[in-house]
Amino acid sequence: METPAIIARRINFFFGLRVAASRSVRVLPRDLALIIPTLIVPIFFFAVTIGALSNLAQGANLEIDYKAFQLPVAILTAVTGVSRAGALVIDIQQGYFDRLMLTPLNRYSILLGLMIADLVVFIILSVPVVALGLIVGVRFETGILGILVFIGLGALWGLVYTGFPYAMALFTGNPTAVNNSFLLFFPFIFLTTAWVPKENLSGWLSSVATLNPVTYILEGLRSLFLEWDALELGKALLAIAGIGIAAQSLAFWGLIKRSRTD
Amino acid sequence: MEFAIYCKNLCRSFGEIQAVKSLTLGIKRGEIYGFLGPNGAGKTTSLRMLSTLLKPTSGEGWVAGHDISKEPELVRLKIGTTLQEASLDNILTGRETLTYQGRYYGLSQNQIQTRIDELAPLLDMDAIDRRVKTYSGGMKRRLDVAASLIHNPEVLFLDEPTTGLDPVSRIKVWEEIRQLNSNYNITIFLTTQYLDEADQLADRVGILSGGEILTEGSPEELKRKIGKDVICVRVGENGASGTSNGSGENGENNKSDRQELLDALGKVSGVSSVDEQPGELLIGAENGTAVLGEVAVILKGSSEDVIEISLRSPTLDEVFLEATGYRIKTHEDEPTSTEETQTVENLKN
Repeated sequence: METPAIIARRINFFFGLRVAASRSVRVLPRDLALIIPTLIVPIFFFAVTIGALSNLAQGANLEIDYKAFQLPVAILTAVTGVSRAGALVIDIQQGYFDRLMLTPLNRYSILLGLMIADLVVFIILSVPVVALGLIVGVRFETGILGILVFIGLGALWGLVYTGFPYAMALFTGNPTAVNNSFLLFFPFIFLTTAWVPKENLSGWLSSVATLNPVTYILEGLRSLFLEWDALELGKALLAIAGIGIAAQSLAFWGLIKRSRTD
Repeated sequence: MEFAIYCKNLCRSFGEIQAVKSLTLGIKRGEIYGFLGPNGAGKTTSLRMLSTLLKPTSGEGWVAGHDISKEPELVRLKIGTTLQEASLDNILTGRETLTYQGRYYGLSQNQIQTRIDELAPLLDMDAIDRRVKTYSGGMKRRLDVAASLIHNPEVLFLDEPTTGLDPVSRIKVWEEIRQLNSNYNITIFLTTQYLDEADQLADRVGILSGGEILTEGSPEELKRKIGKDVICVRVGENGASGTSNGSGENGENNKSDRQELLDALGKVSGVSSVDEQPGELLIGAENGTAVLGEVAVILKGSSEDVIEISLRSPTLDEVFLEATGYRIKTHEDEPTSTEETQTVENLKN
């Protein structure tokens, strides 16, 4: 039998990214356990919160309807902490990560490929949440574009936040550690203006909420119900960028450490 | 001589622990080289250095003409590596696994299909569109090997390719390794902790213990180095084994009888060694036929329950024992669920 004239060659970064992302996206429908529970939780919280607190919130200093006030919380609850980090841990534990390390695939495209799949998941999660908001009467004065920006900002936040679980996965290779990174979610989401405006928060919580970047993301998202507010949206983007730099630096540091051969 | 794999004084330490002390070897193109040693001998660390997954602490190495430290990307294009555990994504199908693997190496869809067709004998084509998680251990292992070969590498590294496989899968993997080597002239570097695997597959064997090669050569050369025949005496539990019934006064007597027997056998002219092992005695002699009669007479006069006496040439088992002082397992020694797993027994203790 003759040796076939098929020779391996180096691939460029973008081709590698496309292949890595294709693998991550292809397996998404086979991993519905990731998507379905994460969709139920925000819808449940949204329904319960607006059902239980709408009347109480009438006394609060709100510029918008409480249902609209809560919708950004539902979006952030849906996308925060959701990632393919669990799949990455399985790759590490099953040796598939080592197999990838032995190929000409660029190391960074492995992680970025997973994040592209995350982005797809965020959009899948955001659409029903926003649809539910519209069904219960939430209105976007900024129109369709406002809805798209609303989903985009939520997805962008979800994407930068994945840095934490990926960092956990890469530093530890341990699924429990990845699951525990979910704990970060609580201070990020709830020590904010998630329930009432800052003016209605008491002493220390008001101070913490002022320092919490997620407060500004919530405010930016809420601004889309009323008008295009460049300042609020700018603050939201800055907050996302700040957390993003920290979280993604950790993740890529973990990747470099994990793929080091010395 | 152009080597497919060559390394000189390759060392690797993990903190205080020196996993590989000073590895020097040359493996010719088209050769199957078996790296034989117990767990912790440094086999996997050596393989990971040669396949660029681990940088050597010191020393140098070349694989497929490229420096493993300075040109790891070029080495990776020319090697295929199958690690100890099947490195597969269980959610993908067999075909997807091979397709993605081919894409990582820049192969076109047509090239990948060509390679899948060529590798079909190695694969379970009926199951190729099933998810990997439904595969048996043997099927996974063969898919793993096929994935390592999809880009047509010059050198294939196999880390304990049959560990954990059932006998049928093991023989199938051996057969495929032989065919890969003969059909494609692929150089194969395999690590194993099984003597029979090294004996069956390898053109040359390096015996590794404590992070260094103790002896090296073809299985036949290594056996000839031992230079003696082996008289193997299988003994039953009712004799003077001193092990199974060795309690109390009877036990002491049995031990004493066994020691007397060993001494008597050791004094036979032409006998060079007597090893006592569970269920058997191994008597080494330059000319086994010449001493067999006298050995049989001594055994008949002893209280030993002799089941069988056989004369054979040395096996890699004896070679390993001679080189390391340890006995290593064969596939037949694989522990059952009720047995305690113990890879190496120190026979000197």
